[in-house]
Amino acid sequence: MTTLASDTRARPGARPQVTQASIDRRVRLFNGTCAGVLIAFALIWLVPIAWAVDTSLKPNAETTKTTWWIDHPTLDSYRTLFAQGDIWNWYASSFITSLATAAGTVLVASMAAYALSRMRFRYRWVVFWFILIGIMIPQQALIVPQFKEFSGLHLLNTYWAVVLPQIPAAIAVFIFKQFFDGLPRDLDEAARVDGAGFFRTYWRIILPLSRPVVSAVAIFTFVWSWNNLLWPLLVLSNPKLMTIPVGLATVQGSYGIRYADTMASAILGALPLVLIFLFFQRRIVEGIAGTGLKG
Amino acid sequence: MTITADYEAVEDQPVRPVDTDNTRVTEHGHARPAWLLMAPFLALYLLFIIGPSIYMVVMSFFDTSLTKPGLGGFAGFGNFGEALSSPDFWASMWHTIWFTILTTPPLVVLAFVFALLADRASRARWFFRLAFFLPYILPSAVMALIWIWLYTPQLGLLGKIVTSLGFAEPNWLGSPSLAMWSLAFATVWWTLGFNFVLYLAGLQDIPRDLYEASSMDGASPWQQIRRITIPMLSRTTSLVIVLQIIASLKIFDQPYIMTSGGPNYATRPALEYVYDMGFTDFRTGYAAAVSTLFFILVLAVSAVWVFLTRRQEQGL
Repeated sequence: MTTLASDTRARPGARPQVTQASIDRRVRLFNGTCAGVLIAFALIWLVPIAWAVDTSLKPNAETTKTTWWIDHPTLDSYRTLFAQGDIWNWYASSFITSLATAAGTVLVASMAAYALSRMRFRYRWVVFWFILIGIMIPQQALIVPQFKEFSGLHLLNTYWAVVLPQIPAAIAVFIFKQFFDGLPRDLDEAARVDGAGFFRTYWRIILPLSRPVVSAVAIFTFVWSWNNLLWPLLVLSNPKLMTIPVGLATVQGSYGIRYADTMASAILGALPLVLIFLFFQRRIVEGIAGTGLKG
Repeated sequence: MTITADYEAVEDQPVRPVDTDNTRVTEHGHARPAWLLMAPFLALYLLFIIGPSIYMVVMSFFDTSLTKPGLGGFAGFGNFGEALSSPDFWASMWHTIWFTILTTPPLVVLAFVFALLADRASRARWFFRLAFFLPYILPSAVMALIWIWLYTPQLGLLGKIVTSLGFAEPNWLGSPSLAMWSLAFATVWWTLGFNFVLYLAGLQDIPRDLYEASSMDGASPWQQIRRITIPMLSRTTSLVIVLQIIASLKIFDQPYIMTSGGPNYATRPALEYVYDMGFTDFRTGYAAAVSTLFFILVLAVSAVWVFLTRRQEQGL
């Protein structure tokens, strides 16, 4: 860039006669220092999670000693939680609502995006801007009217209340549209010439070509839905229907001083997502980098 | 769930204002299938996003109650007047903004520094990505439980570290002046990974020859960072800052679980105020008015973001 050029011009003194070897040594030293600092921070970043795992493997009585060493390692806390059974209900609720949200979002958003990307119809730009507004609307600010709405529909304490408002995510439409815009038009136009209708073209040609973006949107929607606290907290008061975050937030106090149990419940609550992350790490990271999604 | 997108996601080159040639924009036989394909999304969107937005604004002019059906009596600007003259409202707004001020600079600067360092590392990048991004994937409730435990007086790991360094143990979550800092600290740990990944992607887009050419000219690594990296990343930085501000303004989960907005309401943010007014005091109309004010705040920041990204995209 221009700033670079002016910089080297302004400081002729900064261009000493150095050998390639000394530059290499300096660069290597610098990179080594960088790596050391970063490794230190990365380890610090892992401490809270490591501490939670460590605590969960202690007997409850032993958690009052603040040490990493465990005298009597045990899985008792996990056993207690599984035996209690709440966690299974929470898992079921979280899986059902998150899967339904992910599937619903992928389906309705990709259909709308296909129409916006490929079809020429009146008021297309009106629809486009109308959906664009949705990106700016903070859903958390809508809890009051949405709650009133769902209580009027008699859908409180059902999965519908959790899933339905999460499906129409405007951002998903734009992510799909961007991807579809980049697909060559010859493919679906050829299909159309062969007599396939728009819906058939979408389902048989476009969707199979869009696997990367479908999986990115599906994974993200799943993770957000899984982590959503405020809205499920409001609409799910029945303990049998609570999702993982709601369950954890609600029982948080009831464990009292049983810190090992508390940490075990936190780890179990996070486990499915951690597994998803480990499996789809690249796709998740690339998805963020490519689209700037944020929950 | 509110989501925001990078500028690329809102790219819409073929769309032009309709006063251009209409015959080119529309095509015979497209309208019916197009509306059919969009119908499911638009129906849900109208029903659960746009509808409630309008309903919220309407409700804010009425004395609506959670326990009674219907809107209740007309209140005019009464709810807004009450909110704007309520110290509780202003305190919660201030806590939201204070939290945003506390979290945004470290979340932007640290993410940038860590990404810069990780970009120089030739090996073990997966490890850095794992270490910094893993917390971001945790549900807020899990993160909150872990940090409550770390902050527990006498037994918590953080207190132990501080006392072993010879300081008195602070009352992390129990002291009104410190609690918000503790929440911010935990949040930085929790969400830094997202910005880290955005910066890492931005760094990889910078052509390597720029660095090579400048090191031929004898530029030190520090000069390269100041003169190449930071200017080249300006677009990523503005994206990260605005996304971070929007995300921080929406704070609810951490104070709700970790401090219940306390001690003595010292950490109650705007959304929790809405929650308390609407769902504890059942004053739906008033809560809707507060939501509307909060809505306008977030919408304004988001609009700045959409404006920024679209302008950059058009190269104006």
